[in-house]
Amino acid sequence: MSIRITIDGHEVIAQHGDRLVDVAADNGVYIPTLCYQRGKPCLGTCRACSVRVNGNVMAACTVPVSDGMEVEVNEPEVADMRKALVELLFAEGNHNCPSCEKSGRCELQAVGYEVGMMVSRFPYRFPVRERETAPEKLWLERDRCIFCQRCVEFVRDKETGRKIFSIDHRGTHASIEVDVALANKMPDEQVREAAELCPVGCIIEKGLGYNDPIGRRKFEIKSIRERALKRKHK
Amino acid sequence: MSRKLVIDPVTRIEGHGKVTVHLDDQNRVTDAKLHVVEFRGFEKFVQGHPYWEAPMFLQRICGICFVSHHLCGAKALDDMIGAGYSSGVQMLPTPEKIRRLGHYGQQLQSHTTAYFYLIVPEMLFGMDAPPEKRNVLGLVEANPELVKRVVALRKWGQEVIKAVLGKRMHGIESIPGGVNQNLSKAARDRLLNGEDGLLSIDQVIDYAVEGVELFHDFHKKHRDEVDRFAKVPALNMSLVDDEGNVDYYHGKIRIVDVNKDTVAEFDYHDYLDYFAEATEEWSYMKFPYLKELGREEGSVRVGPLGRVNVTKSYSDDTPLAKAALEKFHDYTDGKANDMTLHTNWARAIEILHSAELIKNLLNDPDLQGEQLVITPADSAWTGEGVGVVEAPRGTLLHHYRANRDGAITFANLVVATTQNNTVMNRTVRAVAEEYLDGKAEITEGMMNAIEVGIRAYDPCLSCATHAMGQMPLVVSVFDSNGALVDEQVR
Repeated sequence: MSIRITIDGHEVIAQHGDRLVDVAADNGVYIPTLCYQRGKPCLGTCRACSVRVNGNVMAACTVPVSDGMEVEVNEPEVADMRKALVELLFAEGNHNCPSCEKSGRCELQAVGYEVGMMVSRFPYRFPVRERETAPEKLWLERDRCIFCQRCVEFVRDKETGRKIFSIDHRGTHASIEVDVALANKMPDEQVREAAELCPVGCIIEKGLGYNDPIGRRKFEIKSIRERALKRKHK
Repeated sequence: MSRKLVIDPVTRIEGHGKVTVHLDDQNRVTDAKLHVVEFRGFEKFVQGHPYWEAPMFLQRICGICFVSHHLCGAKALDDMIGAGYSSGVQMLPTPEKIRRLGHYGQQLQSHTTAYFYLIVPEMLFGMDAPPEKRNVLGLVEANPELVKRVVALRKWGQEVIKAVLGKRMHGIESIPGGVNQNLSKAARDRLLNGEDGLLSIDQVIDYAVEGVELFHDFHKKHRDEVDRFAKVPALNMSLVDDEGNVDYYHGKIRIVDVNKDTVAEFDYHDYLDYFAEATEEWSYMKFPYLKELGREEGSVRVGPLGRVNVTKSYSDDTPLAKAALEKFHDYTDGKANDMTLHTNWARAIEILHSAELIKNLLNDPDLQGEQLVITPADSAWTGEGVGVVEAPRGTLLHHYRANRDGAITFANLVVATTQNNTVMNRTVRAVAEEYLDGKAEITEGMMNAIEVGIRAYDPCLSCATHAMGQMPLVVSVFDSNGALVDEQVR
């Protein structure tokens, strides 16, 4: 059923129940995301897509649109709130973009640029996180995990359907974990997909990295904004 | 009344160091030291990182000679995965030449920075000139055309780096076993022919020739002072090829004495058999020396002066640099040159040498080759690697070990400035004795002479000790009881 909503004051026609983040993208309005991937179930973990809906701040990936909805995306206060959320993700981990192999391909880094982050306004926590290096083909650089849970939900053992990744503990003690036996069963292609799925440089393929020269890396070829808006614009 | 003079920090160098000079009651120099007072510790905090990140991570030590650190790390990783010299594997032509191109580009821009921006001001204005004049801004006022050429020359070197590594600073080029891209014909032609205000390679060579002539003019006018200034004996060390000529990217280590007789020659993978390091409580920079000769006799000089002393010649395909080198060698009748300020002569020659080497490479079709990486079998893994290159400031070494999971467990960096530590301290002492000894009044120019001696080595204390930070210069005079008598701040 067609409905009408407004995004930053502009009227938009959408289908009832569509996800707000997708509706915005289809109408040329970029809302940054880190856990959400179009076409996959929403996770709602990162909150980087926070917007104001009828006066309340909500994660756009979790909101089905309904008639008359008034959405503010680029209103300064809510835009700054998204920026603050991204800054917190940086402050809560140990993100070393200058030497990280995911640089230029990292969604967190790309979103950082999109929200105009120059530095975190929050003090860095410098958490102590042990690396997981036991799997034969992949490596968990936990310093960079933002707990988006993409890997937890979408990477499964091909044979049994069991989850290969999980999150242990809670809050500041949370830790991304991997079932080493299942990880060692992962075909090379699945390892590559898992590394690609990770929005940061946490899941990395052992021995690989930096194969794409500067200037030809994913988000240098096409920005994360362009990728999000690639579908038809109304 | 004895006194202690302090220069803190030494300026126009990379990193943070200070000098202390002790004078007795008759103003005789009793001691002089170069202290490196800060510490960074890259060797420690790279531990645990994935081995393939090491060259990207550790190049961040330095904002000047990052390509050297990057390449040293890359060579160590080649060894580690079984695609390196330690396994007897010769790198493919295209990746080796791509690596060399970036390396020579960096040497050109680094030497240009050191020579023209940091050193030439004293050559033109004198060590006694007012501090506000003897700097690159003074040069702009006195000789704007020279400065324009210098800026263009340095920019060209930066563009070589960018073409190879993707960025002017801290780019990415080398991966274990090779490189991640070749050089496009468009990038090659841009560097060869120049466009958008960029110099052509022939202009670069012309400017480099002028740089050598600049030293000759200076030397002609101040021969006695230049030749007498800090004549410091030391062994000389460099990487050399099978002909005994310097090879900035790869070779064996050769160390020669003042007669240019070989004191030691060895595969750099065996460096621990030959070198030991001493420490002093007054400096974070270590003092490497040849075990066999001991600390006093076995300290080496590296960098431009060390290299031109070691190298027998240059190849025929770099004719201008070869001729300039012959003139340099003739000046000391075939003996090693230990005149500290001649380091700047050597540096100017190496700018020219780099330019000619780059020209040859740019005309080599191997740079457009498609075979970029050797990927050995997993069974070739050695878990350990040593990389050595001739960085602008001298012989640079990276040594890593990693466990089978791929985590770095050990890193040792022996950088050029560290190798020069003993020789730099000798230089400080020599200059102090020449300029301060017995003088009733210590002038700013006299103190600057000490810095001139240090700057000749173009030391990178950030690399050598992993120090960071910058402060204004403070010269303090203390009495023998440690009380502050006088202090000047700039």
